[in-house]
Parts: sequence; C-alpha cells; structure tokens
Amino acid sequence: MQLFPKIPLADWVDSIVDMLTDNLEPLFDGITTGIDWFVEGIVSILAFPPAIVLIAIFTILAWWSSRWPVAIFTFLGLMLIDNLGYWDPTLDTLALVLTSVIISIILGVPLGIWASQSDRFRGIVTPILDFMQTMPAFVYLIPAILFFGIGMVPGIIASVIFAMPPTIRLTNLGIRQVPEDLIEASNAFGSTTKQKLIKIQLPLATPTIMAGINQSIMLSLSMVVIASLVGAPGLGADVYRAVTQIKVGIGFEAGLAIVILAIMLDRISQNIGNTKK
Amino acid sequence: MEKAKITVKDVTKVFGKSPKQAVKLLGQGKSKSEILKETGMTVGVNRASFDVYPGEIFVIMGLSGSGKSTLVRLLNRLIEPTSGQVLIDDEDIVRMKPEQLREVRRKKLSMVFQRFALFPHRTVLENTEYGLEVQNIGKENRAKKAQESLELVGLKGYENSFPSELSGGMQQRVGLARALANDPDVLLMDEAFSALDPLIRKDMQDELLELQESMEKTIVFITHDLDEALRIGDRIALMKDGSIVQIGSPEEIMTNPANDYVERFVEDVDLSKVLTASHVMKRAETLRADRGPRVALQLMKDKGLSSLYIVDKKQKLLGAITADDAAKAIDSKKEITDILITDLHTVTPDTLLTDMFVKMAESSLPLPVIDKADKFKGIIVRGAVIGALAGNETESTKAEVN
Repeated sequence: MQLFPKIPLADWVDSIVDMLTDNLEPLFDGITTGIDWFVEGIVSILAFPPAIVLIAIFTILAWWSSRWPVAIFTFLGLMLIDNLGYWDPTLDTLALVLTSVIISIILGVPLGIWASQSDRFRGIVTPILDFMQTMPAFVYLIPAILFFGIGMVPGIIASVIFAMPPTIRLTNLGIRQVPEDLIEASNAFGSTTKQKLIKIQLPLATPTIMAGINQSIMLSLSMVVIASLVGAPGLGADVYRAVTQIKVGIGFEAGLAIVILAIMLDRISQNIGNTKK
Repeated sequence: MEKAKITVKDVTKVFGKSPKQAVKLLGQGKSKSEILKETGMTVGVNRASFDVYPGEIFVIMGLSGSGKSTLVRLLNRLIEPTSGQVLIDDEDIVRMKPEQLREVRRKKLSMVFQRFALFPHRTVLENTEYGLEVQNIGKENRAKKAQESLELVGLKGYENSFPSELSGGMQQRVGLARALANDPDVLLMDEAFSALDPLIRKDMQDELLELQESMEKTIVFITHDLDEALRIGDRIALMKDGSIVQIGSPEEIMTNPANDYVERFVEDVDLSKVLTASHVMKRAETLRADRGPRVALQLMKDKGLSSLYIVDKKQKLLGAITADDAAKAIDSKKEITDILITDLHTVTPDTLLTDMFVKMAESSLPLPVIDKADKFKGIIVRGAVIGALAGNETESTKAEVN
C-alpha cells in the first residue's frame, strides 16, 4: 500500500535516452567514428613493430622514469605475456586504456582548472563527479550501447565516465593547494590570471595532477572486464570468456596479464609525476 | 612641504558580511571590539590616514592583530579597501580598473614578503625575473636586469640555485632582488626580516639601509619589532586595533609617547639605541688656531674650562688643548699648534649613544661632535648622556643645541 503512486523514474530515463538517440544520432555517430579511428590508430601503431621492440621501448621508458627494478619487472612481465600468447589482446587493452586516459586528460584537466577558478562551477561539478564515480559502472553500459553501438567505443565511453573524476578533482585540488603567499606574490607583481595559472599554479600543481592521471589510468584498467561486456576486445574479453566457460587456468592467465599491465602503467605514470620536481 | 609619494586617506577595511554598515558604526565612534560583538564583523584597519614622502623609510609598527599586514596590502590592493583612498603619485588606486592596477603593480610597487614567497619551481634568476617576465620583457633584457639586481643584494653566483637550496637570509635577499628588479618607486616590505634569526636580521637591516643610501626608494616597512622600527625608520606609525595611534620620528615616539599604549610599548626600549649625539650635544667654546696660548688660557679661565677645542677659519676641527699645556706653552714661548692634541675620538650628530660609550671611556676630554665636512658642532659631556638615558631631558640641552 503506497501513499503516493510510484514515481515513473525508469520511464522518464528511458524516454530521455530515446529522445537523445533520435535527435542526436549524427553527433553520436561522429563521436563513434572519431574514437574508433583513434583507437584503431593506436592499435596499429602498437602492433606495427614486432613484440620485442615494443617490449624494449617500454623497458627503456620504465628505466628512464623510475629505477631499474621497475624496468626489469616491465621486461619480464611483458615477455611473459607474449610467451603466454596474450600479446594481441594486451595491445587492444592498452589502446583502450590509453584512449580513455587521453580523453580523460583532454576533458578533465581543463574542467579541473575551471573548477579551481570558480567556486560556483566547483559547486556544480562536485555532485556530478560523485554521481559518476558511485553509480555502478554496469549501468553506463546500457545507454552507451544505445548511443554508440557495440564494440570498443561504448567500452571507452564507460571507462572515461568512470575514470575521469580523479583527474578533475586532483587538478582542482592541486591548483587550490598552491600556497596563498605565492599567489599573493604573483598578484603583487602584476600577473594576469592567465600568467598566474601558467607560470605559477599549473607547474606547482603538476605532481597532484599527475597523481590524478595515475588514478584515472588505474580506474580505466579496472574497467576493461566490464567494457568487454559490450564487446570491447582485449584481455577483458578473455577474462569474461573464461568466466562464462568456467576455465580457471585461462582466466588466471588473462587476469595476470592485466595485473602486469596495471603495475607497469602505475609505476611509470607515478614516477613521471615525481621526477619533475 | 615636500609632495607625498603615497597618501592614505581614511582607509578602512572590514572583514564580514556587510562591511559598509560597520564603516557607519565606526563613524559613530564604536570600537573594534564593540563592532565584533554586535555584528560579528572584524575591523582590520580603522580609518588610517598618513603620507609617505619620496625616499623615506616609513615603518608601520604594531603587535600581531593590529592590522599592519592588512594595511600594507591595502596599499597595493591585494586586499580590497572597504572605504577610503590610496593615492600613489596622486592617482587613486582604489578606483583603478584591473588593467591600470596591474600596470601600477608592475611598474611602481613591489612587495617583499615575510615568508619570502619565492616560487619553489623556479631558479633564483627565474624568481628575480618574474616581475619583468609578466611585463613580457625580452629574455635577454630581463636576465640582465635580474642579474644586476642579484648583484646588488650580493647573490652573484647563485643564479641557477633553487630557493630550497638557500638559507633563510639568502632567500630573503632573492625576495629583495625580485622586488628591485623592475625598479619600482615604492617597496612594500611586509615583516620582511621577521622570519630571520636576530643576527641575520641585523645584517639585513644594515644592508637595506646601505642600499637605500644609493637607491632612495620610498619604503613602507611593516614590523612588530620596535628595535627594528627604531633602527631603520625615518618615521614610524604605531598601530593598535586597526587604528594608527601615533606617527613620528623614532625620537619623537620615544621621548614623547602620544598615549599610555605607546608609552607602555616603548618603556622597555634601550634609549641608547635611539637617542643620537645631536640629542645630548652641548655647545662648546672654540678658538681659532692663529690665536696665541695666552688668549686660550684667558678664555678657559673666564669660562671655567680645563680644555678648549681649536678650529680653523671654516670652523673645521683641528684638535684640542688643555689648560696645563697652554700655561707651559706660554713659559716656553710655543704656539697653539705645537701643543695641539690631534688624535681625538670624534662622533657625528647621528651617532647613537650606544656607539659612543667606548670612545667616551677611552678619552679624557669630552667627545667633539663634527659633521660630514669635519665642521665642529659641539661636544658630548658625560652628565648629559647619563641624564638622557635616565629619561629626563634637560631644558638647557635643548636651548643650547642649534
């Protein structure tokens, strides 16, 4: 016995999504084509050299940004992935993660800067970020399929929604944490807002912003299995298949490859943020 | 009267929800604490008015919470005044548009901060260049000016260090160099030396005074340290609860406190570090060197003196003679120049009492006071020094000097 009739929230959301699909189809098609093209580009670049060359490149990158233990781990880890036969799905996953993170940075850093400059915008954006991060990621997949079809693109969109908030939050935080007396000094010498931002605030916020980007990388990696539910190829798809067929061994192998990728990307991105001091 | 560089008229800053209303209450004569109680608003600065003249060091002194740091930030509008005017070269910066204000900050006003506020990601040179960089001055040009400014503060060779690699004193030199690099008319120094330890602080004060000799900037210096204020200030404004209580020269503040508050503030101060030779100097008899010893002896007898200062035609001090020597000279038919004592300790009118104690102890004669051109001005006798330190001003001193 209900005092009020049930609010038809689900119907409303359905009709909004229907309306969006009907009216904004050209836009969604455009986005789909664009992202598809971008991901294909990354995959073909990654797949162009033989595996061993790419492994060497990553090892050098790890050695340059961190110390040699990370480089050794990267080398052995990637060799293992290649040996187990997961090289191609690893490249797909890497492309998915890189694309999501690049989109997160392109959108997230400017939004974070905006939030740091305007208390009103921060007030609007904070609850939206809370919503994006706490809504179960599976739920994004449903409209993502409707808007962007099946495959890599809806997976990337869902990853971006889930992974972008830390970049926005930490960009805002990093800029706001620049000590007040440095801001005063910058103002006292007659800086414009833009000069202050570029010469003082952003350089000092860089370590914090990099921490946000690192979080975005890790979160988008955590989305690879979920993304595979809508047809995104990669290690996630292997894990998903292993689950549906109850193949423990294969599930473990694919899962291990994800872990290796995660640790490698985490260490490299973390240390790039710290070496610039 | 000389034209003021900075004129502050009735400047008020209230922090709170409806500051204009608090300004009204201040006008009705309510105090800072009454307003806080009634409205919850904090009065930072209460109707401050003063002039700062070109080339002077104007010290604003007060304890923490007295509003002095707020006041200095009203001068370059880092804090927006609630009411009042701040005129710099007759231009009211309170009414300026952002672009005009930026121009003034870039060209006329520079600031030195208590905690240095150096940019940690920039080298010493890049820090010093900052004020020029935001004016879009070319790279070579600004490096050259920054370099000169660093040399001025004695930091040559540290251009490529980072602030974190320098000691506190050196960091503040960078702060000073950064402020000087764009050659401003006015330097605002907000407790610039307060974070330094006492010895370094004194060095920095000396260096600032030395730099000021050649730069002749207009300096507004904020401090909570009375000794510092007395040392470097040409004039001092004392603040309490956001209001200026007294403005005057160090000597005026010390010898003639405007009210109980100022008096309590200054009572523990070592007077010998404030009063100068001109304050205790007495007029003294002199004699030209071309007169004979007989005249000298007669003069000393008439005035009851045991010694006499000898000058040339231009009142330049040559030395002193004693009555005993004069008497012997008459017997042996010598001239005054033969018995002249020339290795005298001397002081200048602005020598502090504290700096003349050793000289007084070492010489048997009163200390002669001479100006920069060696002209004889007067003498220091021990009684007058002790009297001044005891705080009682002898009327005769005042009358005789000048």
